[in-house]
Amino acid sequence: MVAKPHGGKLVNKVSREPRRSRLLEEARELYQISLDLDTAVDVENIAHGVYSPLEGFMIQDDYLHVLEDMRLSDDTPWTMPLILDLDPRKMRGISEGDDVTLAFRGSPLAILHIEEIYEWDKKRYVRRIYGTTDPAHPGIAQVMQRRELLIGGPIELLSNVPISPNFERYLLWPAETRVLFEEKGWRRIAGFQTRNVPHMGHEYIQKAALTFVDGLFINPLIGKKKPGDWRDEVILEAYEALIRYYYPRDATVLAILRTRMRYAGPREAVHHAIIRKNFGCTHFIIGRDHAGVDNYYGPYDAWQIFQEFPDLGITPLFIREAFYCRKCNGMVNEKICPHDEQYRIRISGTRIREMIKKGEIPPSELMRPEVAKAILRFKELFVR
Amino acid sequence: MASEGASGKYTTVSIPVTLYRRIKKLIEDTGFTSVSSYVTYVLREIVAAHEMEKGEEPFTPEDRERIIEKLRRLGYLD
Repeated sequence: MVAKPHGGKLVNKVSREPRRSRLLEEARELYQISLDLDTAVDVENIAHGVYSPLEGFMIQDDYLHVLEDMRLSDDTPWTMPLILDLDPRKMRGISEGDDVTLAFRGSPLAILHIEEIYEWDKKRYVRRIYGTTDPAHPGIAQVMQRRELLIGGPIELLSNVPISPNFERYLLWPAETRVLFEEKGWRRIAGFQTRNVPHMGHEYIQKAALTFVDGLFINPLIGKKKPGDWRDEVILEAYEALIRYYYPRDATVLAILRTRMRYAGPREAVHHAIIRKNFGCTHFIIGRDHAGVDNYYGPYDAWQIFQEFPDLGITPLFIREAFYCRKCNGMVNEKICPHDEQYRIRISGTRIREMIKKGEIPPSELMRPEVAKAILRFKELFVR
Repeated sequence: MASEGASGKYTTVSIPVTLYRRIKKLIEDTGFTSVSSYVTYVLREIVAAHEMEKGEEPFTPEDRERIIEKLRRLGYLD
């Protein structure tokens, strides 16, 4: 059986007809809050159960528990606050108990029932979530730009957030992946989060996981990233090539997750695991420096944090970093390779990136040539 | 409008003294710093397992058919 949703129930806050039409009419009369793309996508994710058991943006009690204890106020594990910020100058005419329209690009996206409007301390937030207040941290830069008040309450989705035709066929919701896994007869599913093109190290840890489960759910993150990260289209094409040539088709599913990276390292690793649990995964692969950036977190901090959650409901798979060993003649890791460093070819994302930039195909110990060729078909490779 | 504050985080549950002593001995030289932290850890594990048995079916048979149709259309199912 696939994993039960986090908190026991898969949230569905997608409005259906005829209620939807009525709410759309009402939405035009309500106070409107305009959302940016990332927040609009968060609303859509809430409605489709990606963040189950959350039914909306956090009220203060949940927010503070998450900040301090990494749990919701009902003790459910939860590590990343899901908050909606508001400019105090723009809140004339709205108060707790009101319904407001969440709008995206001028059109009603959802109705939010305001349970609470509250102040937040951004410095406290970044200290607790990121473990640093360094403004150079890209996640902290995102937070400090946010507005001064938070608004919490349940939402109801009225419309979908537009998506590029290139990505549309990869967009699956938790209810859909759950049915998909069941139809395939998978009982144990390993989720893999990525924001990179796949190299041999990724293939090694995915296949190591797949050896012990029925199916592999490759779930690239599509959304705002930092300059220099691989573009979403490139990541998807690279995975398509890898799966086409090297993966058992009936044991692999590729689908996207639309959300922004927060670069919160360990806390975000748990968040990513909870999301994949909602998609139906029973296991989640945690690699080296998961959701980290620069040197803000230790390479295996994201492994340690899972010890605090005996009740997470998804099994983390800690798979060591892989490298190619010329003596073993294959991909291995520290635990299974007895040979010296001189025989080991370390997989460097930076080196692969530099070679690709020059139009070169990296050695096959680093990257599958079919994957490299798929990448090289793109003119624009990286986020600007 | 509320402002940011703190609330009580812990409450007391009674366990037999003999069990307390047994746990205290058990957790020596482990990562647990107190009997309370051990009991909290174990209880969360057990409570979560019980809650998992009670989970609801998230969709109706009609939803399921609609989803299967979409999955076929997208090529995820034959």
